[in-house]
Amino acid sequence: MYEKAKDAVDACMRKGMSRRELGRRLGALGLTAASANVLWGTASTRALAADFDWMKHKGKTVTLLLNKHPYTDAMIADIQAFKDLTGMEVKYDVFPEDVYFDKVTAALSSRSSQYDAFMTGAYQTWQYGPAGWLVDTNEFLQDESMTAPGFNWDDVLPNLRQSTAWSGVPGEALGGEGAKQWALPWGFELNSIAYNKKMLDGAGGEPPKDMDGLMELAAKMQKDVQGVYGIGVRGSRSWATIHPGFLSAYTNFDQRDFTMEDGKLKAAMATPESKAFHQQWVKMIQDSGPKNWSTYTWYQVGTDLGAGASAMIYDADILGYFMNGGDNKEAGNLAYTAFAPNPKAKGPTPNVWIWSLAMNSFGEQQDAAWYFMQWACGAEHALFGATKMDFVNPVRQSVWDDETFQKKISDNYPGYLDQYKASAPGSKIYFTPQPLFFNLTTEWAASLQKMVAKEVPVDEGLDQLAASVDNQLKQAGLG
Amino acid sequence: MATVAEGVRKPPRRSFGESALPYLLSLPALLVCIGILVPFVTAVWYSLQRYNLAMPYLKGFIWFENYKILFTDTVFWHTVWVSLLYTVLTVGIELVLGLTIAMLLQRSSAFNNAMSIALMLPLMIAPAIAALMWKLMTNPNFGIFSYLLSLVGVTDFRWGSSPSSALFTVVLVDVWVYTPFMMVLLLAGLRGLPRQPFEAAELDGVPWTFVFFRITLPMLFPYILTAGLFRMLDAIQQFDIIYAMTQGGPGDTLMVFQVQAYLEFFTYTNVGRSAAILMVLWAITYFLSHQFIKYWLRLRERARGVA
Repeated sequence: MYEKAKDAVDACMRKGMSRRELGRRLGALGLTAASANVLWGTASTRALAADFDWMKHKGKTVTLLLNKHPYTDAMIADIQAFKDLTGMEVKYDVFPEDVYFDKVTAALSSRSSQYDAFMTGAYQTWQYGPAGWLVDTNEFLQDESMTAPGFNWDDVLPNLRQSTAWSGVPGEALGGEGAKQWALPWGFELNSIAYNKKMLDGAGGEPPKDMDGLMELAAKMQKDVQGVYGIGVRGSRSWATIHPGFLSAYTNFDQRDFTMEDGKLKAAMATPESKAFHQQWVKMIQDSGPKNWSTYTWYQVGTDLGAGASAMIYDADILGYFMNGGDNKEAGNLAYTAFAPNPKAKGPTPNVWIWSLAMNSFGEQQDAAWYFMQWACGAEHALFGATKMDFVNPVRQSVWDDETFQKKISDNYPGYLDQYKASAPGSKIYFTPQPLFFNLTTEWAASLQKMVAKEVPVDEGLDQLAASVDNQLKQAGLG
Repeated sequence: MATVAEGVRKPPRRSFGESALPYLLSLPALLVCIGILVPFVTAVWYSLQRYNLAMPYLKGFIWFENYKILFTDTVFWHTVWVSLLYTVLTVGIELVLGLTIAMLLQRSSAFNNAMSIALMLPLMIAPAIAALMWKLMTNPNFGIFSYLLSLVGVTDFRWGSSPSSALFTVVLVDVWVYTPFMMVLLLAGLRGLPRQPFEAAELDGVPWTFVFFRITLPMLFPYILTAGLFRMLDAIQQFDIIYAMTQGGPGDTLMVFQVQAYLEFFTYTNVGRSAAILMVLWAITYFLSHQFIKYWLRLRERARGVA
């Protein structure tokens, strides 16, 4: 019976059988889910090891710097599979997000070889890459002796591959010619609307179709539902306030952060269209946002939705996913909708955050680190995370196409897949890559705070912001 | 004929160990001094460079350009203003409150001793944790303080999230955390004062205001100066409470020196600018400390003269 079960799992691995069919066959053979999982793990290892020398670095230890995240939890849960596959050991330090990037900056700027690989966002690579702290992974990706044939780089969503590659020339398009692949996409989030369906149904509200509709619905929910505010968006004095819903909506109105003029960057936030959009965004927060909006990070935005304190959020789709499960008060009541704020837009344009894995250029065992990175960003681990854990959103098309994953999401998170399918085509990084990203985007967030607090009128605030941004670009020789 | 030189006895020749002893004894102090000076000189050096880790190709010596950029930036002058205002407000309020509490607890009794221990509790909490605790307590949706305010009809007080109340909120947290520090130092001072002048005043039926302003305060002044100096040095370098509660916002409302320097280094990777900000902070701190100590020495001299 074991041989039959093993053959069935191997067939599934070779993609000759769907996972649903596999489950049915294993059930017919009398195997429990737990036994099937063990078989799945060993078969994965066999399949991966089939035509690549995964044992090349046996006995070595790679050390990782990780952020506390469900992606990290999924990786740690599957880490034994990597150890079995390679004979390598893995050590890791996990830090909460509040201090995580300080730790990364401290480790890399001191040229420490302590960590071989680490988690990063794509925006951070715009600092770390030109600083010489990262290895361009193209040198591994293009080396057939270093990369397993089954790694299938093309399976990674094209927009994410492009979004994590940059030439290092300020203003030059992501993923363009000569771009260095500073990091491998690992998991990502796009920005859409997650709403409390029970609350909206109770108040006779419909998911919004555009920016005006969003503002109206947020105001209505705030008015009609006692103790609830209309819309949750981030507001802390940080670059992280700009990149989710705000930039996704801003982009949908064909607005950009910078323009290039004669090879120089120039602030583009003070156009009439940008001012009109800012007016709407600021009014929406003033009328229907949380009272202490200026301290809101992703955490408060998410937990308010989960606790029933807000009617909806315009933020990372995975926030809505996580708040719809676990012990959250509103678990099971949340729903999702893709969102294009501009009625004239062809579709949604969500800006994305990509948790990626990057390699420390000061690391002393880069080849071994690469083995870890290609395993962690590979299809097998992504499928494990997506189907057995909460690894959403996966970066690989094959995982999105997997029936088991689709069924899991459809059964437990109705509407999430539809939201994803509608949002995905336009999802990518819309910021202009340049090394002052964090300065200028944080200043943008600070300006937004001043506008919401009515310290400065929107028009004047944006003119001041653009002048300050241009001045800083000039000082850095970029503008 | 014997010469004078022959008459003078040569000092006994000292061994190498004996000669080296003074140097060996001062070596730890020298090492500590080097340990302090090396980072300081490095910071000065960085502050004179265009040095952004994300743009290594721009690195170069630019003399005082970083300072020039700072001094011509209105945001920087706001930083100077808000840092000094925060320092004056927190040190002033904590001094008054600490002194009041210390005077109430001056007489040693079981109740007063228990109270002085209980009042020390905020000092035992890390300021960043205290700030997060207060952030929850002042949350407009579920915070206890917001609830209490709503009972008296104030329903839209936004604490740290509004520019008009953000400074008040962080000063409140600072006062909560650090007033016990003032209280402890001043209580120790009060209990250490000689009793005779107070007994004489009591016998003469001197009013309490006269006793307080003409006897207690002058005698306690060295303690007040010391406590004030310590708190001033800490307050002007405030980071954890402000960063944990508002990250320097809303807008630039609470952008104090340390928060600005921290952001410049860790978030913007601008080493040169961050170092320049810290050097300005050092200069202000040095100047204020110098004034405090000069005043304290003058007081001591005057006290000796009187004695």
